[in-house]
Amino acid sequence: MTALLDVQNLRVTFDTETGPVHAVRGVSFSLGRERLGIVGESGSGKTMTGRSVLRLIRPPGRIEADRMLFDGQDLMAAGEREMRALRGKRIGMVMQDPKYSLNPVMNVGEQLTEGLRRRDRIGRAEARDKAIAALEAVQIRSPERVMTAFPHELSGGMGQRVMIAMMLIPEPDLLIADEPTSALDVTVQAEVLSILDRLVRDRGMGLIFISHDLRLVSRFCDRVLVMFKGKIVEEVAAKNLLQAKHPYTQGLLNCLPRIGGPREPLPSLDRSGDWAKETA
Amino acid sequence: MAMIEIENLSVTFRAKGHEVRAVEGVSLSVSERESYGLVGESGSGKSTILRAICGMAPVTGGTIRIGGKALPARRDKAFSRHVQMVFQDPYASLHPRHTIDRTLAEPLAIHGIRNTDARVVKALTDVGLPPAFRFRYPHQLSGGQRQRVAIARALMLEPEILLLDEPTSALDASVQAEVLNLLDRLRAERGLTFLMVSHDLAVIDHMCDRILVMQHGRAVEELSREALAGARMQTAYARSLFDASADRLLG
Repeated sequence: MTALLDVQNLRVTFDTETGPVHAVRGVSFSLGRERLGIVGESGSGKTMTGRSVLRLIRPPGRIEADRMLFDGQDLMAAGEREMRALRGKRIGMVMQDPKYSLNPVMNVGEQLTEGLRRRDRIGRAEARDKAIAALEAVQIRSPERVMTAFPHELSGGMGQRVMIAMMLIPEPDLLIADEPTSALDVTVQAEVLSILDRLVRDRGMGLIFISHDLRLVSRFCDRVLVMFKGKIVEEVAAKNLLQAKHPYTQGLLNCLPRIGGPREPLPSLDRSGDWAKETA
Repeated sequence: MAMIEIENLSVTFRAKGHEVRAVEGVSLSVSERESYGLVGESGSGKSTILRAICGMAPVTGGTIRIGGKALPARRDKAFSRHVQMVFQDPYASLHPRHTIDRTLAEPLAIHGIRNTDARVVKALTDVGLPPAFRFRYPHQLSGGQRQRVAIARALMLEPEILLLDEPTSALDASVQAEVLNLLDRLRAERGLTFLMVSHDLAVIDHMCDRILVMQHGRAVEELSREALAGARMQTAYARSLFDASADRLLG
């Protein structure tokens, strides 16, 4: 199977007044039609890695890579026009917070049909039908009512599902989901994950799932990349996560409280090992 | 002795002719030095209970007693010496244009407490921050450091009760561990009583002795820590929350 996405030695650098800040330092991975998790703390570069694939990093940020191929197309060499043709249509992205990522002064129906009407030149009635079908696909019970609602009238879980629906309308080959469930309750979280899961299986979509929650990622993904300070420190098959070797991965796992776990202080993450220094 | 007694509490919001019953007939009692947890989905009314205690929600029925005494209709200065709250989002709960020093010194000024300098320095040290942080603004701190400042602020008046509204849900897992350890240590050192809200059962289980599961503004089931660990819940809803909890995989 040829890889859907192939990234070699990706680097993201921000030039600031106090010198360059290296957000991503040489990340390589390839992705088939599978679920890949990227895990790390805030500032580990996981979001920047996801955004780089869509070349959504504004100056003073710079993206460099030895190779970044999506379905055979060179993303580093693609012009803005070609990137725009990919964004949304072939590579979708679900952002973290529906409060900030939906347009507050446009109702859900207009936002969902905007792309179809402008990009695909689809008529009003047909676009509306497609939007309603997409809302149904993410298990929204009364799609007609949600179509006329504004983002502030939706709960967090509903807003998140609207964003997923919006990304799924063009049926992308690759979906990048950046913390798509961290704003949600556990039960809603489980629903959203099963929706994503079904889409990966039914449509053969590739998925990059970015999260800080190691347990969630391991439950949901096939493979997990663990990032620290802009580098991949470990790659593990999700089912073998408990056997992870790297002290950072183990630290991330152990610092989570467990139901019925001991009452002693939680182990804090030790960042003093040699592995942490080499990237400093 | 019961520090917090809530009987048959109801909170109803009215807007545009609608009535939203955020809390309906909830009763609970928290003993001195106990740590009590409220769990449920968003909209289940768990945070509203904390806000009702502070007088920040329209109570329409029931009684709240703190230390055996009914609360006055308007919470007075004495109340804030007994009860303080830590909010969910440290990015929103600290004044962005006040230095940490001003944020921490304000409750002292309001209550006419002297010796401000020494108290501010001690408050910062107690939550594990260097004293030089006094001169910083919130935007110069990380999320975990901000939440430490929010905890220090809540402890300035030396209250016996801390109301914790999702104190770690905005933080990374590793930082969450540090803040939970800090709260645990402060509770042991100062004999604090906690009433803590979280949607994360594992966090509540780690921190609390007893747990109340809430749904749609009503109390569903009260569980001891042992009953939760042993999965001995009686109601289907409590079980579904337990099953959806992410750490079950690694159990």
